[in-house]
Amino acid sequence: MLNASKHLLFILAPLVVVFALLPGVYQNHLLLFNFVIFLILAQGVNIIYGFTGYLPFGYVGFFGAGAYGFAIMVMHLQTPAPLAVLVGGLVAIALGLLLTPLLRLSGAYFAIANLAASLAVLHFVANPALEGITKGPYGVSLTGTFNPTHAYYAAVVVMALTVGAVIYLKNSPFGLALQAVREDAVSASMAGVNIVKMRVIAWLASALVAGLAGGIYAWYVSVFYPDNVFSGEFSIFAIVFALFGGVATITGPIVGVLILYGIYNLIGFTTPQYFQLIYGLLIMGLVLFLPAGLVSLATRRGWHVP
Amino acid sequence: MTYALVAGVMFGLYFSLVGIGLNLVFGVMRIVNLAHGDILMLGAFIALGVVGIAGIDPLFAVPLAFVVFVLAGVLLYWVLVPRLQGSANPEMLSIILFFGLSQVIEAVTTIFAGTSERSIQSRLLGTVFTTIKVKWFGGKAGGAGPIQIFGQGFPAPWVIAAITSLVAIGLVYLYLYHTRLGTLTRAVMSRRDEALATGIDVDRVSAAAFGIGLGIAAVAGVFAPFMFGSVTPAFGADATVTSFAIVVLGSLGNPLGTALGGVVYGLCYMLVQTYLSSWADLLPYVLLIVILLLRPSGLLGRRVRVA
Repeated sequence: MLNASKHLLFILAPLVVVFALLPGVYQNHLLLFNFVIFLILAQGVNIIYGFTGYLPFGYVGFFGAGAYGFAIMVMHLQTPAPLAVLVGGLVAIALGLLLTPLLRLSGAYFAIANLAASLAVLHFVANPALEGITKGPYGVSLTGTFNPTHAYYAAVVVMALTVGAVIYLKNSPFGLALQAVREDAVSASMAGVNIVKMRVIAWLASALVAGLAGGIYAWYVSVFYPDNVFSGEFSIFAIVFALFGGVATITGPIVGVLILYGIYNLIGFTTPQYFQLIYGLLIMGLVLFLPAGLVSLATRRGWHVP
Repeated sequence: MTYALVAGVMFGLYFSLVGIGLNLVFGVMRIVNLAHGDILMLGAFIALGVVGIAGIDPLFAVPLAFVVFVLAGVLLYWVLVPRLQGSANPEMLSIILFFGLSQVIEAVTTIFAGTSERSIQSRLLGTVFTTIKVKWFGGKAGGAGPIQIFGQGFPAPWVIAAITSLVAIGLVYLYLYHTRLGTLTRAVMSRRDEALATGIDVDRVSAAAFGIGLGIAAVAGVFAPFMFGSVTPAFGADATVTSFAIVVLGSLGNPLGTALGGVVYGLCYMLVQTYLSSWADLLPYVLLIVILLLRPSGLLGRRVRVA
């Protein structure tokens, strides 16, 4: 457990301190907030893809479910925002439970089914027939709870919890068992690992963090449409960021977010199609030449990367 | 009701054409071509180009799109696939690789064509037939009107797309079951490593299948502006998911299965749209999940894979 405390001290603590202090120095708070949200999502993808091998192509489904869980609590029950964020997390867990049968599928089938599931949730929420509950495609407006400062710090807290969870996975028998299941499910179950339970726990944990992130996102932006919070970009960005850095590590997704999302903000806003081109090429190059992510540059030289 | 059924079959045939290329690529190479929808979109842009520049019947775009994309497919195969097959988990990485490719295609198309919706006047499709009719048999000139089937009028482009799809599926069937390369393709589909051991040039067979798969997708794309009203560079992603629903609904590695899957899908789509229109958008996704969970091998499938 010495390793775990080292990771907490040298990775998690600086990250939290930096993101807690930055709003005082740097004026573009929305940008900082987006960084924190993507750090959460990339680590959420890391939990499910890095440690179990399931590629969640519809990860945004949980994010959107969290956002709408938040919105419905605030609109219909006037709950205070922090409580509504927790409900958003619970809604995402409920969706995760509903989708557990998908874990029976493997490889590409899981990824496609998960993508289909997230689109199904989007069309369900955006259905004009449910306007009374979700406001359908016309979007929600939650001006009553609008408080970007609190939402930002809530996001930092969730980020700390998520990174903490990854540190736990990296340093615990549970995480080791998960990776054993990923490499060879049959052998792992022979060795006494309860495969189904393990996978479901990782799946729900990653659903939970995406749901909390979604709830906080809804709190921060306060006006949004189904297409915003269910945008496929969230899943794709989170997956690409995590892969770019290197999954099944603590630092990989963090590095991925900081570099790629940084590039995105430098060139993406003015000319999105050029960014799309660059990042498409980057993804292809990554898969062909560096399938294990940036950290593999270091691990190939024999350096240990947490 | 008759209207919904006949339109469903026509859309279904077209949907089979949309899905069949994806099926071929996945069946032969175990590669998930997430850029499938973007190839469709490029096919649609070829049709737009043919109409816009030459001003002739978009049907002429069909052979053009096919040839261009067969060549592009073979080229792309040699650049991407052998390297991918050598990696640890080709099936998973192919998803990400071809997602990257789809982003590149979408971005390049956006840079050159902008994001506005494009459409072609539907009376332009099939003008070649009316011209021939006028020249040889006399009669009045002008665009093809609605075509009467069972006493109901249907837009001519739907009928033409359905007939083209039927022909294309027939050709794929002939290719797979009555040519030497097709027989080899089926051998690679059922057991890749055994085919390799028998001395089949797996790479050549796969490259051919990849090219044909992309070619057919582009042909399907030529009709996309007529079947869906208009196309944008961003149209690719939705088309990919729909194609997957169709392919999974039929069965993998069986073109006749995809034809059936397409028709079933088309019928469901039209019926839901007629009677429960606000839920029609949900259909492809829910259908896809249900089929994957209940019968992963598809409607006509043997149990060939572990899901």
